[in-house]
Amino acid sequence: MAAENPNILTKNYGVSESWKIENYERQGGYQSLRKALEMGPEKIRDEVKAANIRGRGGAGFPAGVKWSFLKPNPEKPTYIAVNADEGEPGTFKDRTLMEKDPHRCIEGFIIAAYALDVHTVFCYVRGELVLAIRRLEQAVREARAKGYLGETVLGRPFKLDIVIHPGAGAYICGEETSLLNSLEGLRGEPRLKPPFPAVVGAFGAPTIVNNLETLATVPSVIEFGGDSFSKMSRLHHLKDGGVRLYGVSGHVKRPGVYEAPVGITLNELIFDYAGGVRGDRKIKAIVPGGSSTPIVRPEDKVSAADEKHILHPWHGKSHLDVPMGVDTMRALGTMLGTCCAIVMDDTTSMVRVAENLMLFYAHESCGQCTPCREGCSWMARLCRKFAAGTATMNDLEVLNDVANNIMGNTICALGDGAAMPMLGILKLFRHEFEAAVREGRAPKEIAA
Amino acid sequence: MAFELTPERLAIFQDLLPRYPTKRALTIPLLHLCQEQEGWVSPEVVEFVAKRLEISTADVQGVVTFYTLFQQKKTGRNVIWVCRTLSCELMGARGITHALEKKLGCHVGETTKDGEFTLLEAECLAACGQAPMLQLNDEYHENLTPEQLDGLLEGARRKRDERVKAGFSPVSIRSRKES
Ligand SMILES: Cc1cc2nc3c(=O)[nH]c(=O)nc-3n(C[C@H](O)[C@H](O)[C@H](O)COP(=O)(O)O)c2cc1C
Ligand code: SF4
Ligand code: FES
Repeated sequence: MAAENPNILTKNYGVSESWKIENYERQGGYQSLRKALEMGPEKIRDEVKAANIRGRGGAGFPAGVKWSFLKPNPEKPTYIAVNADEGEPGTFKDRTLMEKDPHRCIEGFIIAAYALDVHTVFCYVRGELVLAIRRLEQAVREARAKGYLGETVLGRPFKLDIVIHPGAGAYICGEETSLLNSLEGLRGEPRLKPPFPAVVGAFGAPTIVNNLETLATVPSVIEFGGDSFSKMSRLHHLKDGGVRLYGVSGHVKRPGVYEAPVGITLNELIFDYAGGVRGDRKIKAIVPGGSSTPIVRPEDKVSAADEKHILHPWHGKSHLDVPMGVDTMRALGTMLGTCCAIVMDDTTSMVRVAENLMLFYAHESCGQCTPCREGCSWMARLCRKFAAGTATMNDLEVLNDVANNIMGNTICALGDGAAMPMLGILKLFRHEFEAAVREGRAPKEIAA
Repeated sequence: MAFELTPERLAIFQDLLPRYPTKRALTIPLLHLCQEQEGWVSPEVVEFVAKRLEISTADVQGVVTFYTLFQQKKTGRNVIWVCRTLSCELMGARGITHALEKKLGCHVGETTKDGEFTLLEAECLAACGQAPMLQLNDEYHENLTPEQLDGLLEGARRKRDERVKAGFSPVSIRSRKES
């Protein structure tokens, strides 16, 4: 089957020097901003709501609804904090937007700021993405020179500044409240919620935190209209609208970022877009949406006999045939997350995969909560033991317990994000851990 | 000797300052600017940032130790970060790291004896579709094979003199504008 490319978010990716403002304008850039200014803030917010954009940062919260929670405070300004921290392992989609189409991002920020009466947008970009930061800063300078932002926006009495703020290497700063602390110049430690950022956010002021792709989608919502945009999705009926960027990495023939309607299946992503598995080998497991999402396997079948079950239409089919949406993936027992899949073929050692992932979380835990700080390092040490072949059967129970004790006992979702994939791997591939104990060794390499 | 920013970098800082509601918010941007000049965050840099932003050196130090990009000791003239996370390891990152350790004669976390290269491992650098990959100073190198490494190291040595003469440390986020 030919892969369907809506060519909306990525329409400029192939344009030469697509990051320059004159090329963006030639492709119709900044026309949505003009249209939005005519529509006015309230109508923009309605369209964004109708577009059913589920947040592209991982949690999948509807952007339009989040915007409606904003509680302006007469004593304070209101801010937008753009989350471009892109640190979730396996995730590499926002970077393509920033590097290849920075003006689409800027145009989205301006429209959002106008809709929410925000005069300063902070775009928090992870510090390693030097090229993305340079391109965004250049785009801000160009947009200011052309009057799209600054003292006025296209001559309207609306003052707007966009500040590109570099991070400095900490995965946790992608968590929205940690991001706010980091932006304020503090250590990137998450805050207790509530209060939510929409009420008390950056610098004590109400703040909307949105993922970069979420906001880069807004110009297209204005261009096509919210309802039409939503209907481009195959899951419009589940209020999961539009098109989005999918990433696919690991053992596939053509890894990369692809644009597709919301609701394509993992099988489509892997075979139609990414060209199938290298060497036409079998798939062993897939991390569906960034490393914090529990793995899925092709041989597992959907069990949803009840007609009212959200997955009923796919009853009896492989998990890889279920449309990827926020609610459908949750119903499968995993998460859509960042919509970036990591594919592992049948040569992969799941003990080594667990070791790799747990080392990541042990390194990135901010250390505020004991279950996460101690638990993540403990899981990493135990996984190392399995990989080295020095673990015992009892360690298997301990690993399970440690993971379970993290769940639900921490300030932010990093702890759960480490425990969930660990529990998922243990459930589906327990035999590989047992084999490592029995044989006193695990495969030396993670994969062939 | 007390640390001072070059006039060009000071101008970047002064342009940013009024755009934030607090001075303290400049902690990370200013630390980056200083590190771009100095190559690492020296005790003098910490003093300078604290004074400029009117916060304590302990506050600045707390930030420096939290974030992996801030170097707390001098690095080599080139810094290499090899991504070790899942997509990259699945595609051969360990082979890349081992080959580099052999070529450079140092382990991950160390600097070569001649001070030319510091070899580090990074967590996922958002280039998973181009695995395995590494960051060499401020550039990404993707879809790597061990055979490409000699050329990469040679290129870094060649560019280094030029960069050092122009006053740039390995990673320059804001000081250099071209994109
Ligand atoms: C540990 C952790 C890391 C996160 N990293 C990111 C990230 O890098 N980028 C991102 O957009 N959201 C990330 N999130 C999700 C954010 O907290 C937040 O939900 C998101 O920015 C909201 O934007 P959205 O509603 O537009 O998706 C992370 C969450 C957690 C718990
Ligand atoms: S769960 Fe982990 S990362 Fe999150 S606040 Fe607690 S210790 Fe920090
Ligand atoms: S895992 Fe290496 S760049 Fe993401």
